[in-house]
Amino acid sequence: MSTVNVTVNGRKYTSEVEPRTLLVHYLREHLNLTGTHIGCDTSQCGACVVLVNGESVKSCTMLAVQADGAEITTIEGLAKDGQLHPLQEGFWECHGLQCGFCTPGMIMAAYDLLQQNPNPTDEEVRHGLEGNLCRCTGYHNIVRAVQYAAAKMRGEDVSHLTAGGQTSEMVSTGN
Amino acid sequence: MTATPMTKAIGRAIKRREDPKLITGGGNFLDDIKLAGMLHAAVLRSPYAHAKITKIDTSRALAHPGVVAVFTGEDMLDINPLPCAWQAASGRVQNNINTPRALAVGTVRHVGDPVALVVAEDRYIARDALDLIDVDYEPLPVVVDAKKATEPGAPQLHENAPNNIVFEWDCGDKAKTDQAIASAEVVVKEEIVNQRLIPTPMETRGAIARYDPATEEFTLWTTSQAPHVMRLLLTAFVFGIPEPKLRVISPNVGGGFGQKIFCYNDMAFTLWAARKLGRPVKFVEDRSENYKYSTHGRDHITEVELAGTRDGKITGLRVKTYANLGAYISTIAPGIPTTLYGRIATGVYKIPAAYCHVTGVYTNTAMVDAYRGAGRPEASYLIERMVDRFAAEIGMDPAEVRRKNFIQPEDFPYDNGLGLLPYDSGNYEAALNKALELVGYAELRKEQEQARQQGRYIGIGLSSYVEICGVAPSAWIGLPGEGWGAGLWESANVRVHLTGKVVVTTGSLPHGQGLETTFAQIVADELGVPYEDVVVEHSDTAGTPFGYGTYGSRSAAVGGTAIYKSVAKIKEKAKRIAAHMLEANPDDIVFENGRAFVKGSPDQGKTLAEIALQASVGYSLPEGMEPFLDETTYYDPPNCTFPFGTHVAVVEVDPDTGAVELKRYVAVDDCGNVINPLIVDGQIHGGIAQGIAQALYERAVYDENGQLLTGTLNDYAVPAAHMLPSFELARTVTPSPVNPLGVKGAGEAGTIASAQAVMNAVIDALAPFGVKHLQMPATAENVWRAIHGQS
Repeated sequence: MSTVNVTVNGRKYTSEVEPRTLLVHYLREHLNLTGTHIGCDTSQCGACVVLVNGESVKSCTMLAVQADGAEITTIEGLAKDGQLHPLQEGFWECHGLQCGFCTPGMIMAAYDLLQQNPNPTDEEVRHGLEGNLCRCTGYHNIVRAVQYAAAKMRGEDVSHLTAGGQTSEMVSTGN
Repeated sequence: MTATPMTKAIGRAIKRREDPKLITGGGNFLDDIKLAGMLHAAVLRSPYAHAKITKIDTSRALAHPGVVAVFTGEDMLDINPLPCAWQAASGRVQNNINTPRALAVGTVRHVGDPVALVVAEDRYIARDALDLIDVDYEPLPVVVDAKKATEPGAPQLHENAPNNIVFEWDCGDKAKTDQAIASAEVVVKEEIVNQRLIPTPMETRGAIARYDPATEEFTLWTTSQAPHVMRLLLTAFVFGIPEPKLRVISPNVGGGFGQKIFCYNDMAFTLWAARKLGRPVKFVEDRSENYKYSTHGRDHITEVELAGTRDGKITGLRVKTYANLGAYISTIAPGIPTTLYGRIATGVYKIPAAYCHVTGVYTNTAMVDAYRGAGRPEASYLIERMVDRFAAEIGMDPAEVRRKNFIQPEDFPYDNGLGLLPYDSGNYEAALNKALELVGYAELRKEQEQARQQGRYIGIGLSSYVEICGVAPSAWIGLPGEGWGAGLWESANVRVHLTGKVVVTTGSLPHGQGLETTFAQIVADELGVPYEDVVVEHSDTAGTPFGYGTYGSRSAAVGGTAIYKSVAKIKEKAKRIAAHMLEANPDDIVFENGRAFVKGSPDQGKTLAEIALQASVGYSLPEGMEPFLDETTYYDPPNCTFPFGTHVAVVEVDPDTGAVELKRYVAVDDCGNVINPLIVDGQIHGGIAQGIAQALYERAVYDENGQLLTGTLNDYAVPAAHMLPSFELARTVTPSPVNPLGVKGAGEAGTIASAQAVMNAVIDALAPFGVKHLQMPATAENVWRAIHGQS
C-alpha cells in the first residue's frame, strides 16, 4: 500500500491505496466522489476529466499515487457557496446535457479550455473538447453552453443565450 | 374571484428539472451505488468466435486471495435461458429461436460470449482472477457475414436453425411487384449494405443484485429502459419465481439508444450469485465488454430494385434483405428487421407495388437488436438512396422526383399496402419546401455547377422520411398480429395530495429525454396547477404501475397520453366534489385553470387545492364517493404515430484525398405538437449526430475469424465535437389525430433521417466521377477508391 496526500475540492485527504489504483477509482471508490464517471477503458471518452493543479486530466490515465501532493477539483467542487459555475449554468440553460453521463467530464474539460482561451470561436470550442465524447447532444448545445459560460465569465450579458433563445421556431421565422 | 389565465407550460422551452443534480456531480448512476457487503463480479469471455469448451479449471482463481466464488455455465443450469419476447409474426412465420444463457454452456458462439464468472471483494481482484481461470477450447469454423451464413457448407451455429436461418418473413404483394418491375420503363438496382453499428451509450451496462433470504425477495438495480419488463422476464421466464419477489430499479441511466431495452445475462447472473452467496453482487461492463457483448444495431445486406417511368413516377419496389442477428436472439431482435423495417419500406411515397423479403440470420457475432430508430433508419436509408439513384438515372432533380411521388395531405389516413397501420397525418411537401428554402436549394445547385467547373465537388443530399412512433396498439403489435409477446400500452397514475401537490407515477422513464420536465408540463396545463407543483416519479417497479418503458419514441405519445387521461379523470372527480361543496349540479361545473366553478358564475368556485383537501380528509363527499384524487390509466393507443420531415446535407469532397467535409446540415422535422421545443431540438440534434456518424465514421468490423476489430473506442469512431457541424433546425407542425395531445414523437427522427441525407450528398458530389452508389461509411479511403473506380 502507498500513502496519498491530496487536496480535493479544498479538503485534505490522506489515504492508503494500492499503488496501481487509478485516480478515477480513488476519487469514486475511496472518496465517494462519484460525479466523475468512467465511460471507456482506453482514455477516449473523457467522462473522467478532473482538474489536477488547475489542468484538465483524464483521471483514468493517472495513478492516485501520481497525484500525491496535488490539488484536485472534481465536478462536485465547481459550484461555490451554492452558486453554479457559469459552465454549469450554461449547460443547464442551453440544454447542453441529456443523459448527463458525459457532462461532468465535459464541463471540467471546458473549464480548462476557457482558462486558456476566454474568447473561443465555435470551432475552437469543438477542437478544445475533442477528447470528450457525448452520445446524446450531437455537441450543438454543448458548444452553445460553453459560449454562454465564456460570455458570462467575460462579464457580458447572456440573457439572449438562455433556454429557448435559439430553438428551431426562431430559425424558421428567420430570427 | 375570476379564473386567471395561466401561462401555458406546453410549448415552452422550459429548462430541464433533471439537470441540477447532473451538472453538480449528484447523479446516481449504476456504478455510483454501493451496498453494504457488496461483492464485485467480472466475466471471463471467449476469445474465440466459435468453439467447444472442453475444460474449465477454476481452482487457481478460487485460491486467489479476495476471490469469493467462481461460477461457470454448468453451475447456473437451474435458471432458464433469457427469453425472446418478440418473434417475427409468430404463428405465421417459423422462428428458430436460440437465446443466450447467463453463462455459455458447452459451446461459445462469438467473441465475448461469457464463459465464467468471478465474484470477489473488489473489482481489481475480480479482474486479476480472470487470468487464473484455465479454459480449453476446441475452435470451430466461423461465419460473420449474414449472406454467406445462409450458403451451403457454411458453419452451422445452432441445430434447430438449418443454414443459420432464424426466419424468412415477407410483406407486400410479390406477384404485383414482380410484374411492375418486369414491365417498367426504368429499373435501378443496387446491393445496399447498412453496416453494423455499436450503440455506445456513454454509460456502459450493468446490474447490482441483492437477495433477502428471510423474504426470498430480490432487488435489482440495472441500467434499463424497461424495468417492469425486466422484472416480468426475469421472474416468469428465467427464474420461475413469483413476479412480486423481484423489485427492479433503474437509477439514472447514462443513455440507452435501444441497447438498454433488453434482458441481459448479467441481470440473471448477478441475481443468481447474490442468492447463492448471500451478499449483494455488482457487475458493470467496461467499454470493450460493452462492445463485445451488448447488442449492436443495423447490419443488413439488401438487394433492392426500384422501378419507375421516365417522367419520374415510381411504380415498384422489390427488397430482399439479409438481417444479421448475431449468435443468439436478443429480446426483441426478430421484430426489428420485419415489422419496423419491411412494413415501412416505401417511406413517404405512393408506390403501387412493393414487396419486401427478410431473412434473419445467425452469425458468429454479437447479438443485433434495436438501435435508435430500429429498422426505420434501414428502411429510410434504402428508399431514399434508391430515389436518388432513380432521379440520377432519369436525369431529374431529386427534389422533383420526391414531389412527384409523395403521399398527399388528402391521402391520410394512408395505407401503404405493406401491412402497417395507416399513416396518421402528414404534409410531406410542406416540410420539403421549408427545408429547400432554408438551405437555399436553387442557389446551391448553381453554386455546385460553378464549383464543378473549378474542380471543386459540392454535393447536396435530400432525405424525406416518415417513421413509426408511439408504438403501439397491443392488438396489432401483439401475438395475434406482429408477434410482440405482450401488450404495448403505457401506464400513468396521477394523485393530488392533501396539500394540492401533484404526484405522477409512470411506466415511462427517461434516460436523457427529459420526461420529468415534459410530463410535468402536460400535467401543469391540463390540471391548471403550477409546473413546480408536479412531481414525476418513475423507474422503480415498487411505486409505479406496470409499464412497458421508454423506446420507440413512444413516451410522449403513449406515456404522455396516459398521464393526460388520468388528469382528465381527476378533473371529472374534482368537478363532482366541487358541485357537492358548492351545492350545485355537477353538470353545471366547469374546470378551468385549476379551479372548478359554476358555469356562468366564475366567482362561485373552489380551487384544486381546496378540492384536494376535501377529497383527502373525506369529511364530506358526495354519496358513495371514495376519498382522494387518485386516478390510473392504462392507455392503449389506437394507432402508431408517423413523424416525418426533410433533411438536407451539403458536403464538399476533396478529390485528391477523398475527405468529405460536411458543410451544412438543415433539418425540418414534423413531430406533431411540441411540448418542449428545447428538448425536442435536443433530441433531433443527437439523432442527427448518430446518423451522420453512420454515414461518415462508424462501422463495427469483424474479421473472418470473428474477431471484433473495432473493440474499443480507440477503433470505433464515435464522433467528437470537431467531427460534426452545428445543425440548422426548423419544423412544421401537423398534429397527430391519434392522441389528444397531438404529439408524434421525436427521439429517433434525427437518426432515421440523417445517414441518407449525407450519403446522398456525398454521392451527388461524386456524380462527375460516375459514382452511382457508395457503401457507408464515406471515409476518405472509401471515397477516394470510388473516385478511382475501386470499390
